[in-house]
Amino acid sequence: MTMRPITFFRAGSIDDAVAAVSANPDSAFLAGGTTEIDLLRLGVIQPTLLVDVNELPLTYLEDTESGGVRIGAMARMSDVARAPRIVERYPGMSQALLLGASEQLRNMASMGGNMCQRTRCAYFRDGRSPCNKREPGSGCSALNGVNRGHAILGTSDQCIATHPSDVAVALVALDATVRTMGPDGIRTIPIEQFFLRPEDTPSVEHPLEHGELIVAIDVPDLPVARASRYVKHRDRASYEFALVSVFSAMRVDDKGNVAELRLALGGVGTVPWRAHRAEEALIGRPATPENFAAAADAELADADTRPMNAFKVTFAKRAIVRELSQVVTS
Amino acid sequence: MSPVLGKPVNRVDGPDKVTGTGRYCGEIVLPGLAYGLIVGADVAKGRVVSIDESAARAAGGVYGILTHRNTPKVANAPHLIPSLAGQPAPGESFFPMQDDVVHYWGQPVALVVADSLESAAHAAALLDITYEESPAVATIEDGRKSAYEAETLFGGLMPARDERGDVTAALAAAEVTVDASYRYAANHHNPLETSVTTAQWDGDRLTLWDSTMGVRASQLTVASLLGIPLSDVRVITHFVGGGFGSKAMVWPHVTLAAMAARHVGRPVRLTLTRPQSFTSNGHREEQEQRITLGAGRDGRLTAIRHQKLSITSSFDDWAEPATGVSTQIYGCDNYLGSHSLIKGNTMTPTFTRAPGESLGSFSLETAMDRLAYELGMDPVELRIMNHPPVDNHGNPWSSDGMADCLRRGAELIGWADRDPTPGVRQEGDNLIGTGVAGAGYPVAFMMPVQHARARIFNDGSVVIQTSAQEFGIGVTTSMSQVGADGLGVDMDVLRFEAGDTDLPNTTSAVGSMGATMQSSAVHNAARTLRNELIAHAVADDKSPLHGLSPSSVRVADGRMTSTLDPSISESYADMLQRNRLLDLEALGSWTPPPFTTPHGLLTFGAQFAEVAVDKDLGLVRVRRMAGVFAPGRVLNPKLARSQLLGGMLWGLGQALLEGNQIDRQSGRWALNNLGEYLVPVHADIPDIQVEFVEVEDDVVGPLGVKGVGEVGQVGAAAAIANAVFHATGRRMSELPMTAEVVMNGGGAG
Ligand SMILES: Cc1cc2nc3c(=O)[nH]c(=O)nc-3n(C[C@H](O)[C@H](O)[C@H](O)COP(=O)(O)OP(=O)(O)OC[C@H]3O[C@@H](n4cnc5c(N)ncnc54)[C@H](O)[C@@H]3O)c2cc1C
Ligand code: SF4
Repeated sequence: MTMRPITFFRAGSIDDAVAAVSANPDSAFLAGGTTEIDLLRLGVIQPTLLVDVNELPLTYLEDTESGGVRIGAMARMSDVARAPRIVERYPGMSQALLLGASEQLRNMASMGGNMCQRTRCAYFRDGRSPCNKREPGSGCSALNGVNRGHAILGTSDQCIATHPSDVAVALVALDATVRTMGPDGIRTIPIEQFFLRPEDTPSVEHPLEHGELIVAIDVPDLPVARASRYVKHRDRASYEFALVSVFSAMRVDDKGNVAELRLALGGVGTVPWRAHRAEEALIGRPATPENFAAAADAELADADTRPMNAFKVTFAKRAIVRELSQVVTS
Repeated sequence: MSPVLGKPVNRVDGPDKVTGTGRYCGEIVLPGLAYGLIVGADVAKGRVVSIDESAARAAGGVYGILTHRNTPKVANAPHLIPSLAGQPAPGESFFPMQDDVVHYWGQPVALVVADSLESAAHAAALLDITYEESPAVATIEDGRKSAYEAETLFGGLMPARDERGDVTAALAAAEVTVDASYRYAANHHNPLETSVTTAQWDGDRLTLWDSTMGVRASQLTVASLLGIPLSDVRVITHFVGGGFGSKAMVWPHVTLAAMAARHVGRPVRLTLTRPQSFTSNGHREEQEQRITLGAGRDGRLTAIRHQKLSITSSFDDWAEPATGVSTQIYGCDNYLGSHSLIKGNTMTPTFTRAPGESLGSFSLETAMDRLAYELGMDPVELRIMNHPPVDNHGNPWSSDGMADCLRRGAELIGWADRDPTPGVRQEGDNLIGTGVAGAGYPVAFMMPVQHARARIFNDGSVVIQTSAQEFGIGVTTSMSQVGADGLGVDMDVLRFEAGDTDLPNTTSAVGSMGATMQSSAVHNAARTLRNELIAHAVADDKSPLHGLSPSSVRVADGRMTSTLDPSISESYADMLQRNRLLDLEALGSWTPPPFTTPHGLLTFGAQFAEVAVDKDLGLVRVRRMAGVFAPGRVLNPKLARSQLLGGMLWGLGQALLEGNQIDRQSGRWALNNLGEYLVPVHADIPDIQVEFVEVEDDVVGPLGVKGVGEVGQVGAAAAIANAVFHATGRRMSELPMTAEVVMNGGGAG
């Protein structure tokens, strides 16, 4: 039996893992493998060394001193989704996790791996079409191809791939922080800076050094998130990535004005999309359907569409208005 | 009443399947087995310029590589004929790797054989193939200007045009007309088991384990292409993991497996990968349809014009025939059905569950719904009123039941309380609606004589044999029931053997004809043996039945009993043992009625659906479905229900999710896996009711069995679309009805 040889190394400590990957430019971390092994089999990535991080002591879920929660990078999606402190304090995040993938996949998939999952763009995944993300400079087949599922926000003329994660949508809304360990030690990256828009370098998706390991995700204390929600709209009722998804957490004061709002979108952006414009348009204003609609318009104003995905603009606006209206009534 | 026929017997092969002991064709282990992998062309049109095999060969583990340079030439050019006809049945009039020309993306250009699937995959990736690419026509849009009206379909077997009366004049004179255009995306079969063939040579004799819907078709096709005697080819197929039409024809990989096995001097297993299953066994073609109805104010149809445009390969005039139901399910003196084609760079499309009629009926049944609204008539009543007692040639139906299906379905879905006004029922964010569609599927007598064998041993045990294979529909079970019923024995003493060309011939179980053909042959074999056994007994002076007229002997539980005096009886086994007969066997055959039999031949049904449509986002969820069908005698209601329910779910998938398109830049199918080519998952599946209307049919075979394999899908999508209209007031003219189609008013048409 002959194949492309791959060395498998099970790291016993965080330092070993970081050292092993840092030392070999063709290496990669292996967590649950639900993205990594898929892409390996498809021939999209060709690492020669896989460093397994499943044994590392990173499966914890604990309170931080400032009242937030620290989620170990190796905590499984299904465990995080059902942890009481997540369900109580960040229900929208729990929902986002449970609406992703399938239970079997969630049992394997880790939170760190989820942050680094790759786009589902079929041209990226086929391993052969021109694709700037996979092969910089080769072109983007999706621009004039089958792009119904592609992004309309945060695009560039180099890449319009949608970021697929659900839970990351919740995390950008919650202002989470990614903690990493690299050759130079620990650092923290605000989550919105962790996801890079394609711009001229779609192959660079994160500010991580090669060999830098995500060790945890910190979610800050956020009372308004106790009433957060995540809704995922898709063609079939389960087991599909979002056409459009919405994370929302809103507090309306006793005058009927929006006092606090966290809003983020999935399925439409090249990165998990924090709806800053909509938030700004609403905070301090009356929580009315008209204002919700104006905020949704503002968020989608710069949408970059193609004939197959143009429907997402109206779709997303309506989804936003509906979510915010429901938060008010509930 | 038979103690076994018509009973909801559990699958006799169920335990083999759920425990994994049943061997599928890709699980046959042979000494020295090698593994093949096809390499498909990376352009949709052009020429292979060079193939550098050096890196692939150096990778190790490689036994051989076939390309156009060293693949043997086929002995007879393939000529597409539906496998039901019982002749060689290549899926396309083309065999790959005979020259350097590429006609479609994914066309086999090389076949790597190695010591493991992984080695083969690695070597295949290292093959360096260069192409000269020319502009391809891969979609209707690419080739619209070159469309022509086809004269015949299916290798000349069927006329492409069906005309009677004067449609133009009748439409001009009609008091009411409906004119609707449709766009339908391509569909793929996606059985769980992708096609696989294991090939082994023993001298000049070839054995194939082939995941096929017709062992005989595989045998005939491979023998013809290789130019070897039919008697030297044996095809064995004990389990197939679904076909849905993808295994109805014999595609090139089957013969390539045999060629590869000869080339490397070892048995070879050749499995299609999931992506290859999108480019190697046909598909339901991308198509457009237009239907124009003319009617009087009283609702009587006076004219139907039904036109289809689709894209086919460069070598076959293939279109799934869309007008076989629309020409006859409703009476109409002026009719025109026609098929236009574009020749392009796709492989030849093929049968895909309810071929032609599922989409043809979508056009017809949504147009009928428009007509009902146009006239202010109830859609159920409009259909019942237009359903004629005779077919389009004036022949009586072999059996009908359509009106009863519609009435019963209406009861099940609660039609009586329905307010026909569209767009007025809202629950939360959803608009609610219900819809109906008629269903019909042709019974096609184009097969040769069918054979089966029944054999009884002197301990009373029985073996029934025919070559048909089990591909999930339950033949093993239903034919055990038919055999037991015909012979008058308990199912426990009987074994049904099938899936082997060494057994008496039955034709590919396609076109919803499997149960009809096999049950007829099996029934006749079992009856013949029963009659021989009785004849022996009444002629045997030691038998208590001696001297009785054979017609006054009945058999149950393997015991022959006088109908005049139940105390006079003898078992088959006792009679055989006393006469020192080790066994007794009989062949049975069934000659189908001629293709032109003077009867209308359709299986009828009715479909109802209730949907919830997101009023803002256009997402459709089906909440309830009810299907009522009249398939003649039901051999096993449990199995028949599964078939019909599966068909209805196919209809749901076709309505809402399933659709592929060719990427116009590369000529390649955009979706090539089950993550992206969406089929319904459990969460999409509503409460479904399936019922039968009993009809007797003495034309379609000795047992009166019509098929249930496809009619369950016909009309299901149309009922959903009509329900979406009832919910939203929007007419759907595109499939699948994705959110944007519904949101934007129903599609481009
Ligand atoms: C069929 C299918 C459906 C899916 N549907 C959804 C969905 O609906 N919603 C959704 O959100 N997701 C979905 N997913 C994606 C799934 O959530 C991700 O594959 C998963 O979260 C990845 O985690 P993993 O542990 O398996 O990572 P792996 O596959 O092991 O790794 C993924 C990537 O992350 C890197 N990596 C892993 N851990 C670390 C770390 N600690 N530090 C730095 N780099 C790391 C790896 O090197 C690799 O590049 C789906 C996946 C599949 C296969
Ligand atoms: S959208 Fe991005 S990932 Fe997809 S083909 Fe273009 S560059 Fe590649």
